[in-house]
Amino acid sequence: MLGILPVIRKEFIHIWRDPRTLAIIILMPILQLFIFGYAIDMDVRDIKIGIMDQSRTPASRELIQKFTGSGYFEETVAIQKRAEIEDLFRSRKIKAALIIPVDYAKSIKREGVTSVQVLIDGSDSNTGSIVLNTTRQLLAGASFEISNINRLPMQITSTIWYNPEQESNHFVVPGLVAVLLMMICALLTSITITREKETGTMEQLLVAPLKPYQIIVGKVLPYVVLASVAATIILLIGRFWFKVPFTGSVLLLATLSIIYLVTALAFGILISTIARTQQTAMMMALMATMLPSVILSGFVFPVASMPLFLQGIAKIIPATHFLFIIRGILLKGNDISVLFPYVIYLAALSLLLLVISVKRFKVRLD
Amino acid sequence: MNAMDTPVILVEDLVKSYDQVSAVKSLDLEVVSGAMYGLIGPDGAGKTTLLRVLCGLLTPDSGEVQVLGFNPITELARIKDAIGYMPQRFSLYPDLSVAENMRFFADIYRIPKQERIERTERLMQFSRLEPFKDRMAHALSGGMKQKLALSCTLMHTPKLLILDEPTTGVDPVSRVEFWNILRELKDQGVTILVTTPYMDEASLCDRAALMYDGKILAEGTPDQITERYPNKLIRVITEEAHSAAEALKPNEAFESVELYGDRVHVAVRETARGIDLIKELLGRNNVTYDSVAKCEPHLEDIFVHLVKQEE
Repeated sequence: MLGILPVIRKEFIHIWRDPRTLAIIILMPILQLFIFGYAIDMDVRDIKIGIMDQSRTPASRELIQKFTGSGYFEETVAIQKRAEIEDLFRSRKIKAALIIPVDYAKSIKREGVTSVQVLIDGSDSNTGSIVLNTTRQLLAGASFEISNINRLPMQITSTIWYNPEQESNHFVVPGLVAVLLMMICALLTSITITREKETGTMEQLLVAPLKPYQIIVGKVLPYVVLASVAATIILLIGRFWFKVPFTGSVLLLATLSIIYLVTALAFGILISTIARTQQTAMMMALMATMLPSVILSGFVFPVASMPLFLQGIAKIIPATHFLFIIRGILLKGNDISVLFPYVIYLAALSLLLLVISVKRFKVRLD
Repeated sequence: MNAMDTPVILVEDLVKSYDQVSAVKSLDLEVVSGAMYGLIGPDGAGKTTLLRVLCGLLTPDSGEVQVLGFNPITELARIKDAIGYMPQRFSLYPDLSVAENMRFFADIYRIPKQERIERTERLMQFSRLEPFKDRMAHALSGGMKQKLALSCTLMHTPKLLILDEPTTGVDPVSRVEFWNILRELKDQGVTILVTTPYMDEASLCDRAALMYDGKILAEGTPDQITERYPNKLIRVITEEAHSAAEALKPNEAFESVELYGDRVHVAVRETARGIDLIKELLGRNNVTYDSVAKCEPHLEDIFVHLVKQEE
């Protein structure tokens, strides 16, 4: 075991002397946290809507009031002619348009039935679908008031649990921990081991009385420490700046994070046994860990809405499992009994990857 | 058996190839304890491959290899502490200082603290790196880098030192200094196997082998090797060496005509007749010269001769 110490010491000197690595580890997470924390705002508020009120009756004004008073929409333009609508969409002045027909009030009075038209900009499908849902709700509420039924046979009262305000930050911050841990561990460890191969220093280490595990563990441990520091920083900012709730046990989260860390490191080590140059290692790490962790893990896009093929891939990705764990602990207060399957998967995957890496690690140059 | 005669390195019929390109072809080598052994040959001769096999870094395709009495492939762990290997490429950490690099090597060879401090001090004096001990390795000159690399390999006082072209790319003054250090080590009883592309360095070794295309062409003490030269050698010293070589080359009376900077070496069967013929040819071609005289063959001459025979 003592053979590891000099390698650890040396690795810390490398990191300390290379400000870029330090910046990647400490500053980038913070930067990304603020970028993601604010930019991935999936909450829809103050959507610009254009309204064409052809009816101009108290009834139609009441409907408009429902939209503008909801907080979801903000009336920016009063549309006069139908022909204007397309221009408004094209110039991005509005994201949605509400068209109230001339006979709106009349139809209600005479037939008890009426119709309005809603146009939605679907070029941003995420926002589009949220706007669609919101208008449906608003219109349903309006219809209910207009109709003279006092009581509907079935009443829908929905309550959202665990993130009642539907704050995306609460969702994004834990996700970011998953992505960044994967990035620091897999990317940096694969690069640091490959660097020794590329510069020829590995040749010296292999001739010295060091065992492969001493070289690997010694090189990787400093990154575990740094990744833990980075994760702590992200979570602290998440807790105190973005007010992410910490419902579950912090100790459980820390323990399970270590398991996830090992999975990420195992990925990095495996890559370093394949790649010959730092550049290849970097590309491989980005392709194999970063991209899937960001795109397919459910960090931003829900896994359930992916095509089946991608869902299959998502289920293999470690970040997907860790996302269930960290969101489960932080937002739902899950305990280990619920998270057990994810933990088992991560542990098994780490073991498999480590076994393959140790087998692949060459104690010789050929 | 006397300890002095025990072979520290024993290689029999070694074959090693990479992807159908053979780097070492049926090679035999024996280095006795306490020897300074030079392995001379151009780039691509297979020197590095041979050294890597000896250090257990490459697996031979076939053949017997013994280092300090052990098989470097299957019993590497038993000899790691006794070998010091300095790869051809500078393999230290450029972002670590001279002292930090030495400390790292002392630590991975598990040298106790007191011993480490004493030895570092001694090696710093020996290599004259003391004034640069806090300088980053990347900021050292070529010669200093090599001295640092050697110092790092010496931290654990190896019995066998394997050096791969330690003086390539090093200025002449530092080269002399480096060889003086190797001499001292040899006097302390360290067995040294060193490769070099410089023929003049071979003559500094007790024994040498000329290596070319994966084979050893000649082996022995430097004198034994030069004795094998079959021709007489005449040296022409001239400022117009190039024109001189041009004038002499077409003549079939010469075994070979080689150009070395400001001189031309001409191999002949018989000295007196050769000198006359050379003078006549140079005169006819209006080439002026400082001297045309018999000379002793150097390793370079025998090497060129053997390579020609080989081809």
